[in-house]
Amino acid sequence: MIQIQITKTLSKSLKLEVDLNIAPHSFLAISGESGSGKTTLLRILAGLESAEGVINVSDDVWLNKQINLPPQKRHIGFVFQDYALFENMTVLENLLFVAPQKELANELLEMCDLTALKTRYPSTLSGGQKQRVALCRAMMRQPKILLLDEPLSALDPKMRTNLQHNILALHKRFKTTTIMVSHDPSEIYRLADRVVVLKDAKVVKDGSPKEVLLQTQGSHKFSIRGELLEIVQADLIYVGVVSIGQQIVEVVMDAQEADNFSVGETVYINTKAFSPSLSKITD
Amino acid sequence: MDLDLTPFLLSFKLAGMTTLILFFIAVPMSWWLSQSRCRCKPFVEALVSLPIVLPPSVIGFYILVALSHNSPLGAFFEETFGITLVFNFTGLVIASVFYSFPFMVQPLQGGFESLNKNMLEASYIAGKSKLVTLIKVALPNIKPALLTAVIVTFAHTVGEFGVVLMVGGSIPGETKVASVAIYEFVETMNYGEAHIYSALMLAMSFTVLLGVYLFNQRYSRRFGVHT
Repeated sequence: MIQIQITKTLSKSLKLEVDLNIAPHSFLAISGESGSGKTTLLRILAGLESAEGVINVSDDVWLNKQINLPPQKRHIGFVFQDYALFENMTVLENLLFVAPQKELANELLEMCDLTALKTRYPSTLSGGQKQRVALCRAMMRQPKILLLDEPLSALDPKMRTNLQHNILALHKRFKTTTIMVSHDPSEIYRLADRVVVLKDAKVVKDGSPKEVLLQTQGSHKFSIRGELLEIVQADLIYVGVVSIGQQIVEVVMDAQEADNFSVGETVYINTKAFSPSLSKITD
Repeated sequence: MDLDLTPFLLSFKLAGMTTLILFFIAVPMSWWLSQSRCRCKPFVEALVSLPIVLPPSVIGFYILVALSHNSPLGAFFEETFGITLVFNFTGLVIASVFYSFPFMVQPLQGGFESLNKNMLEASYIAGKSKLVTLIKVALPNIKPALLTAVIVTFAHTVGEFGVVLMVGGSIPGETKVASVAIYEFVETMNYGEAHIYSALMLAMSFTVLLGVYLFNQRYSRRFGVHT
């Protein structure tokens, strides 16, 4: 069991307060708006930032009143958003720098399809390749906890899917406890078995991805969050233009609704009368 | 005309020793400056940079006062080790180390500060100490800054004049370096030799600097890093 009970003052009005117990070998996702303390929490776990409280990992104390283990002694793997590879070393050297175990290094490179690239320098790799190297490098430590700080946010959607497979495969093969900061609901749904949502540096939601992520409101069957971009009057009715993800949709409004909403607001689009259906994209 | 190259050799010997000594002092110093959040940091930085703004005569004067046999330090060295610290080559090296200090520290500090902080943290997380991280990760990734620091320090020491004159005097074969020799040629209206020495200095300085910039350009092209 991993026990985390920490507090840290982030600014005058913001205090990070987290109390979590994490089951061994589980995959926890941490979500929340930027500035909510997700990355700070990860860095505290890694020993890169100080905090008050207790961190116990199985029988080891990482943090309490007397002890604050430095990152060198925590046996963690950390994957940074910007990869942070050692630019002066080849792919293989990056891995062997962490631990001089050639067999493990070769196995990891094989698992992530990097064998052909092992003599290349990081500056010659693509973003997705670099992040795979970073992932392998983190696993060389044979970590008790693998920490991933928005590891896929800089990559394109197709590359993300590939890397999600890699992450899951490594998580299972090495039986690590994985904690990942992520904004992407589909990523969380696919990988994690538990999600914690932080808001203003406090845990506001904690549950399975399905419980936390499935967007429904009251008796509605279907709710999607979006941003109201414009309200246009067309004869007697009004049309609200809403952006959802990368798409723009129109919703009919009556005069009273048009009065009630203002442009720029975050809104829900709800429906219960129709059942939505899926169709394939053919372009 | 018989060209006496002793002043040049002396200049290069002085610059070489100064650079070597400074490298071992400046690397830990600039590493500390780049990583420290200490409140005393601005004071240390100001102190390190003083030789850039102070007239060489001021530095020379203070070093002379501090090292002469009338000072406690000078007296201590003379009585304990039998070493005089002024008007000889040892004194020149000590003075040059002070004078060229910022030229070694500043490029290195800039190089260290431009490193991706996450890369250093990745090394700590991998279980590596600060010293191992410095040697295996930080230094190899600031090669252009390292080269700039070494060359600029070397060149700056070769080009030094005021401090050398004050602390070393102009003893042939001991403290009469190229820049001092040129000054004396001009003073004695020996323009012919002054021309040759000056032209040599100019050509060598330009060649060295050109080499540095060529290297940095190639390096940044190859590794895609900013210098």
